[in-house]
Amino acid sequence: MYTLKVENLSKRFGSRRVFSDLSLELATGQSISITGRNGSGKTTLLMLLLGLHHATQGRVNYLCNAVPLLENDIRANTALVSPYLNLYDQLTGEENLVFFATLSGINLSGKRIDELLATVGLEGRGVDPVGSYSSGMKQRLKYAVALLKEPAFLFLDEPTSNLDVDGKLLVRQLVESCRRNSIVIIATNEEEDYSLTDGLIRLGQ
Amino acid sequence: MDSFGLASKAYAVFAKDLRLEWRTRYALNTILMFGVTTLAVVSFSLGQAGLPVKLLAALYWIVVFFSAMAALAQVFTREEEAGTALALRLSADPNAVYLGKLFFNLVLLSTMAVIITPLYFIFTDAPADNVLLFIVVLALGIVALCAATTLVAAIISRAAMRGALFAVLSFPILLLPLILLVSASDSVLLGQGISEILAPLQALIAYIVVMLTASILLFRFVWKA
Repeated sequence: MYTLKVENLSKRFGSRRVFSDLSLELATGQSISITGRNGSGKTTLLMLLLGLHHATQGRVNYLCNAVPLLENDIRANTALVSPYLNLYDQLTGEENLVFFATLSGINLSGKRIDELLATVGLEGRGVDPVGSYSSGMKQRLKYAVALLKEPAFLFLDEPTSNLDVDGKLLVRQLVESCRRNSIVIIATNEEEDYSLTDGLIRLGQ
Repeated sequence: MDSFGLASKAYAVFAKDLRLEWRTRYALNTILMFGVTTLAVVSFSLGQAGLPVKLLAALYWIVVFFSAMAALAQVFTREEEAGTALALRLSADPNAVYLGKLFFNLVLLSTMAVIITPLYFIFTDAPADNVLLFIVVLALGIVALCAATTLVAAIISRAAMRGALFAVLSFPILLLPLILLVSASDSVLLGQGISEILAPLQALIAYIVVMLTASILLFRFVWKA
């Protein structure tokens, strides 16, 4: 059982307060959406939770059976899909998957690669360079990379951006299936996405 | 599930960078263009007039230094410019990233040296009696340059005016090894043996050990900052 515990988290950029005293606790199987107007700090909050920004105040704890996870374990159990996260355009879809799997300590078989690509609707396109993909296909490949390590903590920033109707449906199905075994946190302004999660945090109020 | 050690992950980063470079040849072309152009210009300027050995040794390391400045930062700036650094930060052990990037820079600079060094001897008529010893000095020089500049490349990768900043930050920490390398190369070109260049070589090895240790200890903070 994994837990994400956020205690009194605050962030300031100079004199501008982004948010303050944010606390929440999520366990495996629970999920939450973060919303707010542009510039309200949705992506900043995700980056703080991922340890990529420093909080002005407060703490973020990743726990497994109430024991704090070490940095390597957090990395191995965390995945992010975001418009700010790009994959390697000069590598093929398969090469990207194998590279990120190796970094996560996973030996990815050809069959598993095919499964992952089929899951995100990219079957038959794994041998093409990512640079030749459309923005929607790149977004789908990001989901394949996120899913390959079966993350205990899944962070999605604007999860349906760049996707067509089928892609949005696919993402909703993926999130639905991940919710059972993961903690899912979504930063979005799409009201349809709120229904994917158990709760909602509104920033900037 | 984690059947991969640090070495496998570092190799994955190295192999990925090598594959990207093979498909774009951006850094290699930059480094070779600078090296070959500089050597050709010096050679044509000199004509039949020869340079003193001391200047020849300095000239060689000037070419290597500026070629390194032109290309070694790209291992990190390329990740930032392409927006792939975030994925790498979230997935990779910082030590694996540093080691992978270091080995890539070593291969890049070694490839440059393999091409530039014969041209240097041809263009400048530098004495080539003690080529093996020159290669030893060169190998240590490449490791010293890469050990020092790979960390600096990570520091400047998210800054504006990266190119200028890389040279400005690298120069002070490369001054000592460059002086040692010019001194050792000068002795080698003059035909002196290993006993005469032992002191600068020992100092270079010590420098490499210090820089590698400091880089490995500091890299994770630079990478996540």
